[in-house]
Amino acid sequence: MTPQAFRLPEGGRVSRDEPVGFVFDGVRYQGYRGDTLASALLANGVHMTGTSIKLGRPRGIFSAGVEEPNAVVQIEAPFPEPMLPATTVELFDGLVASGLPGQGRLSADPDPARYDAVHAHCDVLVVGAGPAGLAAAAAAARSGARVVLADDQPELGGSLLGTREVLDGCPAAEWAAEVGRALEAAPEVRVLRRTTVFGYYDDNHLVAVERRTNHLGPLAPAHLSRERVWRIRARRVVLATGAHERSLAFADNDRPAVMLAGSARAYVNRYGAVPGRRAVVFTTNDSAYAAALDLAAAGVEIAAVADTRPERGEWARRAEQAGIEVLTGHAVVGTEGERRIASVTVAPLDGGSPSGAPREVAADLLLVSGGWNPVVHLFSQAGGRLWYDAELGSFVPDSCRQAVDVAGSARGVFHLSGCLADGAAAGRRATEAEGFAVEEPLALPRAAEEPRSPALPVFVVPGPDGAGSATHFVDLQRDVTVADLARATGAGMSSVEHLKRYTTAGTANDQGKTSGVLTSGAIAHLLGVDVGALGTTTYRAPYAPVSFAALAGRDRGVLHDPVRVTALHDRHVALGALFENVGQWKRPWYYPREGEDMAAAVLRECRAAREGVALMDASTLGKIEVRGPDSGIFLDLLYTNMMSTLKVGMIRYGVMCRADGMVFDDGTVIRLAQDRFLMTTTTGNAAAVLDWMEEWLQTEWPHLRVHCTSVTEQWATVALVGPRSREVLGSLAPELAVDNDAFPFMAWRDTAVAGIGARVCRISFSGELAYEINVLPWDAPALWDALLGAGGRLGITPYGTETMHVLRAEKGYPIIGQDTDGTVTPQDLGMGWAVSKKKPDFIGKRSHSRPDTARPDRKHLVGLLPDDPAVLLPEGAHLIDSEVLPAPPVPMLGHVTSSYRSAALGRTFALALVRGGRDRIGERLYAPVGDHVVPVTVASPVLHDPEGTRRDG
Amino acid sequence: MAETATRRSPMAHVHARFAAATRSCGGALRLAELPYLTQVNVRLDPKGPAADAVRLELGLPLPLEPNTATRGGGLAALWLGPDEWLVVGPPTARDTLASRLSEAIGDEHASVVDVSAQRTTLLVAGRLATDLLAHGCSLDLHPRSFGAGRCAQTTLARAQVVLVPRDETKPGFWVLVRSSFAGYLAEWLLDAASEYVGEHSAPRT
Repeated sequence: MTPQAFRLPEGGRVSRDEPVGFVFDGVRYQGYRGDTLASALLANGVHMTGTSIKLGRPRGIFSAGVEEPNAVVQIEAPFPEPMLPATTVELFDGLVASGLPGQGRLSADPDPARYDAVHAHCDVLVVGAGPAGLAAAAAAARSGARVVLADDQPELGGSLLGTREVLDGCPAAEWAAEVGRALEAAPEVRVLRRTTVFGYYDDNHLVAVERRTNHLGPLAPAHLSRERVWRIRARRVVLATGAHERSLAFADNDRPAVMLAGSARAYVNRYGAVPGRRAVVFTTNDSAYAAALDLAAAGVEIAAVADTRPERGEWARRAEQAGIEVLTGHAVVGTEGERRIASVTVAPLDGGSPSGAPREVAADLLLVSGGWNPVVHLFSQAGGRLWYDAELGSFVPDSCRQAVDVAGSARGVFHLSGCLADGAAAGRRATEAEGFAVEEPLALPRAAEEPRSPALPVFVVPGPDGAGSATHFVDLQRDVTVADLARATGAGMSSVEHLKRYTTAGTANDQGKTSGVLTSGAIAHLLGVDVGALGTTTYRAPYAPVSFAALAGRDRGVLHDPVRVTALHDRHVALGALFENVGQWKRPWYYPREGEDMAAAVLRECRAAREGVALMDASTLGKIEVRGPDSGIFLDLLYTNMMSTLKVGMIRYGVMCRADGMVFDDGTVIRLAQDRFLMTTTTGNAAAVLDWMEEWLQTEWPHLRVHCTSVTEQWATVALVGPRSREVLGSLAPELAVDNDAFPFMAWRDTAVAGIGARVCRISFSGELAYEINVLPWDAPALWDALLGAGGRLGITPYGTETMHVLRAEKGYPIIGQDTDGTVTPQDLGMGWAVSKKKPDFIGKRSHSRPDTARPDRKHLVGLLPDDPAVLLPEGAHLIDSEVLPAPPVPMLGHVTSSYRSAALGRTFALALVRGGRDRIGERLYAPVGDHVVPVTVASPVLHDPEGTRRDG
Repeated sequence: MAETATRRSPMAHVHARFAAATRSCGGALRLAELPYLTQVNVRLDPKGPAADAVRLELGLPLPLEPNTATRGGGLAALWLGPDEWLVVGPPTARDTLASRLSEAIGDEHASVVDVSAQRTTLLVAGRLATDLLAHGCSLDLHPRSFGAGRCAQTTLARAQVVLVPRDETKPGFWVLVRSSFAGYLAEWLLDAASEYVGEHSAPRT
């Protein structure tokens, strides 16, 4: 075939001086910039783009826009992308695509393109830049209001781009371009082209996707986002979303070259491509006549117009004047042709059914118009109600609870002058409602008044048996026919929602844009009810498919979740630390040396802490400063133990429970002054503990004069641990008396360490002599370096969270959240000593006297020693009391919560929660692990230095 | 305690990239850390005598309207809650601001806590500052709704921030962010800026 044999010699909005090469289904073609893939295929005489998903029937380009059900393609190059309507793919040089029978394929390679998102706010959002939308935006912009105009096409004008309508004597598209230029020049107006508003949520929050560089193909600059998601908050919304033409259900209505009449008109006028040489037009309304006349003017022979209406209206007379045969009271009853239409059979209608002699008309194109459906998707998503306008044969917007207005054909105004006036009025109403004054109304261009005669909505042209045959398609993309619907109604279904789910009509990725109302109409026809009473199925976001890549935006890879690091992070990286995620924090896990595995590194780090000196970054602990004269009272209520008796200069460990008496958090409290405390929380619970404190202060104890302030990141903390830690500290803190009497366990001192202002706390989470040195995080690297320098000759060793866990577990110190799970009381942990018996009240106190929390056979935290000192129990392993695994149900006694190799003990050990565990010390239990049962002996949880002799060095 | 030469601010490692990004877009965007600003968290009863003491000492009232700020004498007082403010001053005020306030308040019930290191401050300025922040902040930052005198606690990308427009003569924003999130936020901002900065400063990933 001649290249672009179906391209008109002139006309259309394509750039004829910019030819574009592309490949479809392996064949090389040429089109022009400004084409869509669909218009370029049509210009090359290609209608059929694939076969249908269920029945494998040939299918072709059906529409010219986002409503396309058939021509769904797979983009192969430059980057694979599945299931795009060819009618929405802008043509670019190097495009390779193929037709799809159903599903597409996602690329197995990561998408290299950038996708991002932006938040926008405006007084008025106008969706759609057809005549109504442009008028609305122009009217709103005049007031100085902040306006966003979003439209899914590369060019503003909407339907005006596809017609030959005239405004003020000039082509209407010129008016659209001029309005667009003025809007883009206005300071508070944002015009978003190639932008589909796909979701309408509460409080006028709308979400759109802008296709920014897709149309540039391989030339798209990498630093620009390919697609951008706009999250728009609008005070008022004007929906000027236009209308989609719908088909009718008649026999064999799915062949390639059956096309919506208005779409054929757009191909001729906008793209300069004729979809065929000889066409039959089948319509229920006036609009298809304009299409027929435009096609005729472009040289397409119009073989006949079959109009369901018995009367001959003004448009029919115009067609006849142009030499077109008009068959009133007629319908199309069948088509022939394989890869595209070859002939169309028409027959007279009588009472809605074909009667009389059918007549076969040779044609390579069948234009259909079953009427126009206002695009009410967004309005419905907003919560708007619809009503059925019987005269229009369409569902149109009624009222909505949100601040939204609908203008133009989106609310059933189908003539140009009406759309302009409707849009301008809506734009003005929206701005006035927001308090913007406009002195004089927008001057609107004059449009010709076209004749109008009522439509005769027909949904189904019955077949010979009186009902729909198996080729009366309602949903082309899902291959759903009237016969399928009849089976559903025959099975007793009468709700459109049930029929949708039973037949899958309207569930394809076109979301039933051309089929939804037709489906309702066909069901109404089958049930003999009024389509208005039947209604439509629910319209849901997204209005059009949106890629996951666009929705993910930049929230992927390293930006997916914030990484929190301490002031010492660079030091840990330099020392080769591996990191552990603790909440959002990255904490050093262990610092392997050359050739060391994790076990070896941790044993080495543990030995250093127990035998020499070691240091770790403890900055992530939550820190809260509590101030006020009632701080002591408040902390007494918050913790299970007594805090108000703590002396200034001293520190106390504390446990917090929820009201149910279960352990919630633990940490230390230091008393800075009579009315000032600084408490620490576990790393993961810092925010939750502060919220908990605020909740009690604000709701239960507002009379307490206490304020809490988070200071987690005001302080960086380095734990200096080991029998030789005193030497290191002493060498760096000449002003500090470090001997045990002057600086006892659980005391704190302010002093200079390495010349840096520091608060040094004698706290130990390992049982060894240890200090926690707190400095401003800005100074933390200098402190760290100084400690490494001063401890160098003693072999000072950095250690990570794993060693910290081993050291604390050897001492039986629980980790809240690891050894506890929200069902564990302080008494279960063996910490009855930390639960005050003197205090009149504290959170959780009453729960501790419940029979269930007081019973003796609760699960207790105990130590476990595997008989084989080399066996490391898996954390989470269950415990039973028989050597042989009994038949299910197996009575479980508890489970392992922590399990490590101990350098100090020279063996493995574990902590576990065991039923009545403290009464089982010395007993033999068993842990089923894989295929064997591991024998263990229950022990005290304090396995190392139970006398506490090491804490003072 | 005297400042040491070894101090390191939370965004020190990205200063060079901030400067490069600022240069590449010809100042349409300006990114810079304003390190070591003095920040004091103040909690008190706004109707009580401590509020008067603070007002007299600072020479500016603590703002009572939610999400507003007052400025004067090189200081800014940001509303954080019905009984909570953040007083921000230059780095040189660090040794004195908290103690001045504490002394002025005396025995009245109030909490004055130095939190200068809790957050660092990022300057986002230039003609495109609002566009850049709009990539990750859902608030309306247009001067009609978020001009001088406003402040907000919100999220920028996935980090909590305190956002403060500078005064009319100096367009742009302060973004106060927790020090531990500073690295993440810097990476996020540099990434978001890549469109404005151009293809040569594509972010490290």
